[in-house]
Amino acid sequence: MNDFAANFFNLQILARVWPLLLTGLTTTVLLSIVIVPAGLTIGMLVALLHSFRSYGLRWAMIIYVDLFRAYPPLVLLIYVYYGLPFFGIDTDAFWSVVLALVLNTSAYFAEVFRAGIEGIPSGQVQAARATGLGGLQTMRYVVLPQAIRNMLPDLLSNGLESVKLTSLASVVTLPELLRAARLAQGNTVNATPLIAASLMYLAFLWPLVRLTTRLERRTLSAR
Amino acid sequence: MQTFSSNFLNWDVVQTYLPDLLAGMWVTISLAAIILFCGLLGGTGLALVRMARLRLLNAVIIVFVDVVRALPPLMLMVVAYFGLPYLGVRLTGFAVACIVLASVLAAFTEELLWAGLSTVSVGQYEAARSTGLTFLQMMGSVVLPQAFRLIQAPLASRIIATTKNTALASVVAVPELLSQANTAQGYSGNASPLTAASLGYLVILLPMVVAARRLERARGAI
Amino acid sequence: MLAPSAVTQMSGQAPAQVVLRLDGLHKSFGPLVVLRGIDLAVREGEMVFLIGPSGSGKSTLLRCCNRLEEPTSGAVLVEGRDILGPKVDLNQVRRRIGMVFQSFNLYPHMTARQNVTLALCKVARKSKAEADVIARRMLDHVGLSDRIDYYPRALSGGQQQRVAIARTLALEPRIVLFDEPTSALDPELVNGVLGVMRMLRDEGMTMVVVSHEMRFAREAADRIVFMADGEIVEQGTPDAIFGAPRHPRLRDFLSSLGTV
Repeated sequence: MNDFAANFFNLQILARVWPLLLTGLTTTVLLSIVIVPAGLTIGMLVALLHSFRSYGLRWAMIIYVDLFRAYPPLVLLIYVYYGLPFFGIDTDAFWSVVLALVLNTSAYFAEVFRAGIEGIPSGQVQAARATGLGGLQTMRYVVLPQAIRNMLPDLLSNGLESVKLTSLASVVTLPELLRAARLAQGNTVNATPLIAASLMYLAFLWPLVRLTTRLERRTLSAR
Repeated sequence: MQTFSSNFLNWDVVQTYLPDLLAGMWVTISLAAIILFCGLLGGTGLALVRMARLRLLNAVIIVFVDVVRALPPLMLMVVAYFGLPYLGVRLTGFAVACIVLASVLAAFTEELLWAGLSTVSVGQYEAARSTGLTFLQMMGSVVLPQAFRLIQAPLASRIIATTKNTALASVVAVPELLSQANTAQGYSGNASPLTAASLGYLVILLPMVVAARRLERARGAI
Repeated sequence: MLAPSAVTQMSGQAPAQVVLRLDGLHKSFGPLVVLRGIDLAVREGEMVFLIGPSGSGKSTLLRCCNRLEEPTSGAVLVEGRDILGPKVDLNQVRRRIGMVFQSFNLYPHMTARQNVTLALCKVARKSKAEADVIARRMLDHVGLSDRIDYYPRALSGGQQQRVAIARTLALEPRIVLFDEPTSALDPELVNGVLGVMRMLRDEGMTMVVVSHEMRFAREAADRIVFMADGEIVEQGTPDAIFGAPRHPRLRDFLSSLGTV
């Protein structure tokens, strides 16, 4: 038991590696703050483009969405990371990670938005248009307010997935939380940093998981 | 442009490493098959256990499921692979990947199925039992089919995500497709193996994504 | 063209202005022809009832009038102007034509008041204060002044339909189209909505109604138009249509309804 505590819950080691972990956490948070809004914005853009009447545009959006939902994010990340220099683009790992993960999450968000918009009964659109509201006005005042309420659980769970994806950045040696923990574990030959990092992830992700579950259940029974 | 194709689309380089890449693809497919089987079965089992409404067991299941859903899968694999040795348990990367990813899938499946089971109307349960069906018969013939149909779209999405996550096994020294491609890229200084690996993954995953999209359309829901 | 309206015959004055005119209206959905050359003129203050078997094209006809369906050919003239042209500001045109739907289509995320003020603010560009005054007046007019801030889910079907009518009246249309307004209502709620429609007619509103409420048609309509297979088969005053139907299809239709 003593051994267990010394190997997994060692407070002295924790004190030593704490600054490193904290820096890692900051990077994770930074990544999340950049990636999630970017993914949401591009996803919404893709969904709006999909809703236009152009056949070509719709197909282009479907290909984009299916491609980046099928492409494993880690493979995409490594591809982008090693590939960009060949294009003469010399940027640090942070932006490779951002690019790869935004491509991935925007595809998922686009699907959520598309399904949400299409889920609003056509009678709503007809009533709005029949009173003279224009296409964009109808979208803004009638369709989207209702759609977003329905989409909230899926938006939340996708956002949650994106934050978890930031841990992939450790593979391209970006010093986010997981990488910091691994380095610390290697240096101290002790598993405490790993446990500490896990607890840090849990601290800010567990509440979101609970929230998602509650919202998902409400949506499922409302169908 | 010549640089682009010689660096990313170089067939000669790919040909050199093709045996390794194909071996890696086979490992990926085996991993996925094992994980999907164990994860789906495990998740279903957990949901069924939860129906027994034993307070302590329920609490354990809920905690397990929440933790596993909240933590990044890569984190879980790293903790298992690098942490367990301190407990004297030394598992291979393959085993770690299987256990961790199956657990993640089981957790998500349990949550989804539990929501589905709760949504199937009480009348279904009552009708089945009142005609004399046992618990297992009722579940197997009446309730589970309906519950699965309710959750088929998000479940399909989860299955796809799990298959993609097999690539994470490359971090714990499993010689699957990404790992092989990465090594090949390192030796050759050429990105073409990664292109080939990308295509390999897409060959497995795009059909799944397209099928899932068709499922969503049929159901008319997310 | 068409027989002068009952209004003209009674008053002996010059015929009232034609508010809505359809000329040779055709509508096909691919190979399926739904409307075959409809000619119709609706004068100010008239209440025109469209009756006929299902699939006769009544609803499609109505929806072509405000271009919720696009006619395949023909002309739709509102207050003398063809609204099918490419340069038409459809959104402003739709202020002049109101529509009440079978399934009400109230916005569930807005109160009754907000349902009415939305188009007032966004299309008619009224200020929020003005819109509120108008909304209050309209909802009062349909008998719902005590439910102004209720959400649709807290209202009965009949009340929801009355809010829908208020929503459309608020824009001061020249003509209101009713697409089976009571078909989705429980029987005891139907009379509330019919009462509002009767009141509108008495106030001189021009109305085109698609409905199965034959008793109401007989009692309230100025003119009844019978459609079958996408064409106008017979039309006339309620007494003429119900009392002395000429065309065999109309007689078949009326007898299938039982007595009116």
